[in-house]
Amino acid sequence: MTTSIFTGGDRSSDATADDTGVVARRERRWGYAFISPWIIGFLVFFLMPLAASLVLSFTNYELADQDGKPTGFVGLENWRRLLSDPDVRQGAEVTFKFALVAIPLSIVLPLGIAYLMVSKHLRFPGFFRAMFYLPTMVPFVAAAIVWRFYLNGEFGWFGKLFAQVGIDVPDFGRSATMAMLSLFLIGTWGIGNAMIVNIAALNGVPKDLYEAATLDGAGRWLLFRDVTFPMISPIIFYNLVLSLVGLGQYFVVPYVLTDGSGKPDGALAFYTMYFYKQTFVLFQGGYGAALAWAMFIVIFSLTALLFWSARFWVHYEYEEK
Amino acid sequence: MTTIAPPAERTTGKLLRAKEPTTTFRQLDRRTRRFVASSAVTLFALIALSAFLLPLLFMLTSALKTEDQIANGEILPQSPGTAMIDGEEAVLLNVPFDGGTRALALVDPGRQESVFVDPADPTTEIVWEGNWRGLQPEYSLDPTWSNFGDAWSQTSPGMGRLLFNTGVIAGLGMAGTIISSTLVAYGLSRFRIPFKPLILGTLLATIILPRFVTLIPTYVMFNEFGWIGTILPLTIPHFFSNAYNVFLLRQFFLTIPKDLDEAAAIDGAGPMRTLLTVILPQAKGAVLAIALFHFFYSWNDFLEPLVFLGGATEWTPVSLGLARFVGIYDTNIPLVLAGAFIAMIIPLLVFLMLQRIFLRGIDLSGSVK
Repeated sequence: MTTSIFTGGDRSSDATADDTGVVARRERRWGYAFISPWIIGFLVFFLMPLAASLVLSFTNYELADQDGKPTGFVGLENWRRLLSDPDVRQGAEVTFKFALVAIPLSIVLPLGIAYLMVSKHLRFPGFFRAMFYLPTMVPFVAAAIVWRFYLNGEFGWFGKLFAQVGIDVPDFGRSATMAMLSLFLIGTWGIGNAMIVNIAALNGVPKDLYEAATLDGAGRWLLFRDVTFPMISPIIFYNLVLSLVGLGQYFVVPYVLTDGSGKPDGALAFYTMYFYKQTFVLFQGGYGAALAWAMFIVIFSLTALLFWSARFWVHYEYEEK
Repeated sequence: MTTIAPPAERTTGKLLRAKEPTTTFRQLDRRTRRFVASSAVTLFALIALSAFLLPLLFMLTSALKTEDQIANGEILPQSPGTAMIDGEEAVLLNVPFDGGTRALALVDPGRQESVFVDPADPTTEIVWEGNWRGLQPEYSLDPTWSNFGDAWSQTSPGMGRLLFNTGVIAGLGMAGTIISSTLVAYGLSRFRIPFKPLILGTLLATIILPRFVTLIPTYVMFNEFGWIGTILPLTIPHFFSNAYNVFLLRQFFLTIPKDLDEAAAIDGAGPMRTLLTVILPQAKGAVLAIALFHFFYSWNDFLEPLVFLGGATEWTPVSLGLARFVGIYDTNIPLVLAGAFIAMIIPLLVFLMLQRIFLRGIDLSGSVK
């Protein structure tokens, strides 16, 4: 079961859950009493809004009345509009382009740093771990501000550093490529948690596997491919899922970096920002709900695909035991 | 003049080639080898780290500058130095001489030659031939500490209020998530209930669900309640537990031996008492961890205050206040960076003090201890 990676492979048996005895019934009653906050929260803050959002996507509902028209069902109008809206296309493109680099980066970079952190040659590993984690604790808004001026073409240090070696870096406010690059750079400040779980995973690979493989004549690459990667694949999977989830929520950094404008030329006009604009600036509740649901469908499908693919590349040791 | 003698003729046909012996890395003795390897790896890590943290240094030095100093291109907050000569302020310039440069005060600028004096000896005039405009000013450290005070008072509402608001929102949410997540995690780790796999799977699904999809109906609901503009939408939902925290706590509770609660049950303790007297005392670390994670979540959260406070500024938290501050003062780089510094210093200090908890990491996979 792939979900067991998140649920921790439940060892408590549920076999007796069907028991009808007094003890079992009492236990069940207590159990549900304890989880009732979650059940209520799930219904009120997740399930009902999810359903309501779908219903709203078929209406011309407005969060604040704009046109004086009564709210009513409009059929598939919002969904049709969504498919032909150039801003939706742009938002999806920007988000996709970002994901194409940001997701692999969110796997490879923390893994690389974790490799460095577990190196037996590294002195002061505790210091390095803490320092590589540190920027993860910088609030997003503050991080976006710092980078915004660090990357500033006129006064920032980033351009000046590259100018030292004769590379001319365009200002992120003018160049679309540089704008996207700046998001990846800011993203490097969020690797802390992924680094930590990677370190734990690398330390968790049994040493005798490496010894055995080395005796068989495996080189560095083979050691990684045939020993390290399968052993840490659950963690890579876990980080991939979290990256995908993060992609669906990605909003604050481009929003603050561009004051909500998505400049230059809409290079940072993320889908989520367009949703925000339609919903909470233009108050198009019905259309906003359709936008949100469309994104939900895409993210959900990708996640489902990822979970499905896990059977081919994620190695669960404890299932074989 | 020296003459170079022609090389002596070599007549033998044999050529022997020899090379200075080189030591390969493997031939070094073990201690040297280890020293070289650890120096190389550590140096590499240090360089990577410097590049990684350089923006923070940029923030610190820039926050201490004036806007002129931002423009002058110096790394540190430096201004052209001046000296008082005969009651008048004179600019210090680096004047080149044969033996090197000296920082001298310019008292009488001229096109062909200028008159300088040494600030240490203001009575001796030094005439220097050359154009003074080509000289570099002598920079001296001149930090502007008042940027922090200005940033503190110029956010709206003031930074003190923003931090207070963030503290209140984070504190209430923390209480809510600790209480509710503990109850739910206990329920999911100690009781045999039907549909548990379904419940766990649904819990997981709520993590994956993008929050934008529930945002509009939740907004409408909070609006009906009259909660928009108050802190209620930012705190009350946390009293209904959070999937991450439930997973983390449940994971931890599962490691606590069941014998302990059974012993308590035999002593007549009900489930609630078992939770409070047996489970919780052993799970202090995990509870502290979720409290901290919530603290950082709240400190970071931007979207929900942006949407649910609906433009009301009374309860603006620091994240939103800072973003609005940049929107207004985005040309005043030192001021804005001083504001960013104030906004991040508390989380960073908390992290540095309690780093063990973070560096242990959260891991929901259960495959890594």
